[in-house]
Amino acid sequence: MPAEPTVAVASGKGGTGKTTVAVNLALALSAGRPIQFLDCDVEGPNSRFFLKPRIEASEEVAILVPEIDDSRCDRCGICARVCAYNALAVVPQAVLVFSELCHGCGACALLCPRRAIREVPKRIGVVESGRAGAIRFLQGRLDVGQAISPPLIKAVKEKRDPDLTAVIDAPPGTSCPAVESMRGSDFALLVTEPTPFGLHDLELAAGAAEALGLPRGILINRADGGDGDARIRAFAAGENVPVLAAIPFDRRIAEAYSRGDTLLGLDPGWSAKFQALYEAIRAEIP
Amino acid sequence: MKQLVVVSGKGGTSKTVVTASFAALAGNAVLADVDVDASNLHLLLRPEVLERHEFVGGSKARVEARGCTACGRCRPVCRFDAVSEDGDGIARVDPLACEGCGLCARVCPASAILMEPCVSGEWFVSRTRFGPFVHARLGVAQENSGKLVTEVRKKAREIGEREGRAFLLMDGAPGIGCPVIASLAGTDLALIVTEPTPSGVHDLERIAGLARHFKVRAACAVNKFDINPGNSERIEAWSAGQGIPVVGKIPFDEAVLGSVARGVPLVEASEGPAARGVRRLWDRVREHLA
Repeated sequence: MPAEPTVAVASGKGGTGKTTVAVNLALALSAGRPIQFLDCDVEGPNSRFFLKPRIEASEEVAILVPEIDDSRCDRCGICARVCAYNALAVVPQAVLVFSELCHGCGACALLCPRRAIREVPKRIGVVESGRAGAIRFLQGRLDVGQAISPPLIKAVKEKRDPDLTAVIDAPPGTSCPAVESMRGSDFALLVTEPTPFGLHDLELAAGAAEALGLPRGILINRADGGDGDARIRAFAAGENVPVLAAIPFDRRIAEAYSRGDTLLGLDPGWSAKFQALYEAIRAEIP
Repeated sequence: MKQLVVVSGKGGTSKTVVTASFAALAGNAVLADVDVDASNLHLLLRPEVLERHEFVGGSKARVEARGCTACGRCRPVCRFDAVSEDGDGIARVDPLACEGCGLCARVCPASAILMEPCVSGEWFVSRTRFGPFVHARLGVAQENSGKLVTEVRKKAREIGEREGRAFLLMDGAPGIGCPVIASLAGTDLALIVTEPTPSGVHDLERIAGLARHFKVRAACAVNKFDINPGNSERIEAWSAGQGIPVVGKIPFDEAVLGSVARGVPLVEASEGPAARGVRRLWDRVREHLA
């Protein structure tokens, strides 16, 4: 087991309570020692509304995109042919760059026989760092209009201090942004809700975490003790993934969330429950 | 045919509940689930699948270990940290990290790296009680969801035009990234479903900015508006300032969860306050689409 594990809080479906769980887990753990919080939901980073960090630094994150030197370019078309993302097009008088399609792979610049392509940084967002009590806070924010978030998520993760326990708030879904957020973590805590939507997307998220080789555990949010809970527990048993905790369905919790309040703020008793959750997580990490 | 996409920025604001109810109320629509990452609309529309197609989103590099001479040229050119070397310097590619750019294969002097097309999902044409339905399932941990969204939209539009449908109703993904951009571009109206929470307010601003960026007209609906009336008023004031009409407010109602558990559109399952709110919302949305 790593001395200081990284726990990624993920879910296929949006709005299941990832941020609620990640924030309260971090708050409960920070009572005893400094820890880190990484908000990797860069398309909608919302943990700051609950942790209320003081932001101390902000850094721009850019990917490299091609710029054509028209004086050298002979429009041979090699760059457009090697681009797997259709981000370059050759027309009779020029080479056009569609930078929003560019993944920044660098193939065009490396393979241009006339060295007519220079790579220039294009901003996609910012990484912000700060503090909230004993929590070292990091978040990425994707600029509106930018399509590609994984490089920004990577930039957030690169700032992680390996000597501290970390909690990652991952984005919803199961494609590149969610996978990039979970990659390299020690554990995936999958937050779900007892509805057919929650169960369906839990299956997807569990598959993504398994593909990454991560140990997994489930938290049922808005649990009501009914058929929905039972279906999730049946799925968990079939997959051999433990259900580590449940948060009951309670309108007061929803109202607290709407005010930017935490569970620990609503009832300090939650602190011990989240610490117990963390111990259960540690026990699952080989 | 008018195209509507239901989006939210923040996840879990009831986009799918709203879209399924619109499908039931419209009567003459073609339906599409453009949240290919975590699609849920089929759980309410209960489609009968008529056609099933593979989706090849791109390709992935694979090293033929026999041909690899351990020259080490491929690893440093990969910008996605997908190439590593074993103890003997033989290259290998992590398929989950590979973005399919093909640069490693091009620089390999021994031609030992192959770019192989990757089936990264499936898409379906289905029949439902409410009209034809195009949906998809992206494979776990796959990329190119934007391309799959474009594929689903194209097929839905084709069917809608052929059958003379009045509306194309699309259930969108959360966020503001590539699949959302692919679902937004060129639609007649983006209905943003938000909720009166700090996250809901913030993500509304982001998705509204995205709609403006792509010159798509937007309207807004506030779900569970009564859970925090103060925030709901803030949303209305902010939207008014941005020229985004608030076309509906849906109250908190446990009937919503009940309808999802039963797997039917809310407006069929309930006559309660949320169902009435969604009916009024559709009337307003239809006016805005006209």
